[in-house]
Amino acid sequence: MNWKDLATLLFPNGYRIQEDNSNLMGEATVGNKTVTVIGVANQAQVGVDICLQHATVILNTIQYHPGQGIVILVDSLGQFLSHRDELLGLNRYMAHLAKCLHLARTKGHKTVGLVYGEAVSGGFLASGMMADECYALEAANIRVMALPAMARVTKIPQETLVELSKSNPVFAPGSSNYYKMGAIEEVWSLQDDLGLKLKKAFERPIQQDKRNMLGIERGGRKLAYPVVERVLTENT
Amino acid sequence: MTSYLEANGRERLQKLLDVGSFEEFLPPQEKISSPHLEQLGIPAAFDDGVAIGRGRLKGEKVFVASEEGAFLGGGVGEVHGAKLVGLLKKAQKENPKAVLLLLESGGVRLHEANAGLIAVSETMRAVVETRMAGIPVIVLIGGSNGCFGGTGIVAQCANLILMSEEGRTSMSGPEVIETARGVEEFDSQDHALVWRTTGGKQRYLLEDCLQILPDNIDDFREAAFQALNCYGPITLEGMLEENKLLADRIAKFGKAKDALEIWAKLGIQNPEQLPMLEIAEFLEIAKHHRAGDLK
Repeated sequence: MNWKDLATLLFPNGYRIQEDNSNLMGEATVGNKTVTVIGVANQAQVGVDICLQHATVILNTIQYHPGQGIVILVDSLGQFLSHRDELLGLNRYMAHLAKCLHLARTKGHKTVGLVYGEAVSGGFLASGMMADECYALEAANIRVMALPAMARVTKIPQETLVELSKSNPVFAPGSSNYYKMGAIEEVWSLQDDLGLKLKKAFERPIQQDKRNMLGIERGGRKLAYPVVERVLTENT
Repeated sequence: MTSYLEANGRERLQKLLDVGSFEEFLPPQEKISSPHLEQLGIPAAFDDGVAIGRGRLKGEKVFVASEEGAFLGGGVGEVHGAKLVGLLKKAQKENPKAVLLLLESGGVRLHEANAGLIAVSETMRAVVETRMAGIPVIVLIGGSNGCFGGTGIVAQCANLILMSEEGRTSMSGPEVIETARGVEEFDSQDHALVWRTTGGKQRYLLEDCLQILPDNIDDFREAAFQALNCYGPITLEGMLEENKLLADRIAKFGKAKDALEIWAKLGIQNPEQLPMLEIAEFLEIAKHHRAGDLK
């Protein structure tokens, strides 16, 4: 989906977002409040430059717009694969962005992520997945790796993975699987009033990380929560 | 001396902590292993590739986790990640002096793709929350698989990293980049290139790790002890400072084609000799030329 079409549906009261080389930054109006917007368009890969620019926007929001909400729009094929990004330390840049988003949360900035296209590994970890709540459009394609590549790396036949992915949300891409595993708060349809959905998301209080609880409630990730609880109650 | 590189995850813990002080949470006897591997015909590990627990470091109470690189490359699966999250949450209750994470991992365990990705995200969140609770998180890197992908991000969410020359950390492994972009972009067989791009010396010079150490667990033990009092929380001031460091890095080195160019820009004479130097000799030169010192 084109980001402008999405923005029109998501921000009916207006937006002022600039696109620079698939890097989205700006502001929008949700209800009657201004929110900061960062994001990626056109399935762009995320490298050091985008991470730094997004982190800078978040730090500006913390400094000059106390409490202002933050929207993170995700349509990315993952981390930028290049020698330059490795040399400069892409993991540091991604962690910097993740830490800035967490700092914003602790200072009362509600953050809402929305996957409206692709969301792959590194392009998702330090963005939508660091939000308080992350939503996804029905058609969104969230994954770690496509099944053929996964088959190659793990040396497991692709047919086996395809078969397993029919019954097990762990293997198959898609927003509904991530919903079942607790990482997506709710799946939104294009028939929904997205402006209203987003407004309601911003009305919810900032929460603790409850993804492993949702994972067990929804039956998609059954061990994460009990293992954490067992560690917490271990008496040794 | 004991090589950190050659030791396995559990041996590292035994040598790092005070003798006999390690008490494991969810030890292998409890057989808590991955629910996803059996259907793929892969033998599970009874600790899912990570040992967690508490112990003493020169008498100070610490929490520790140590990843086993030999088990699926240290990849983070659902249970592996939940053990790390549980450890970090328990630390927030018991208030140890610090949490030490001995990371050796390629990132998300592909065999548990989606569950692994979410587990990494939950670990990142637990690390920053532990810091916010005032408990320092210290990362040690020196295993042969390095610390990459999501685990590379986890490492940089911590307060600081202690790393050996043999340790490597960044985001994508060279094979992945070569497969996607071709050998001209990154030749994964050129070991000297791989090392100077993501190895300990490069990370030290760019200030991505606090210290570079010889490949000796005793040195890691001493450095980890010295680091126990490091400052904890993530603050606006700290993030503004890091933002400037990272912006300066792109401005100064963003066009460099090779680490050697960066080292020359840092004012190091004969940068091509750096890879050959022992740590003590390297530090004599390097400590005056780190990126943060470049005004």
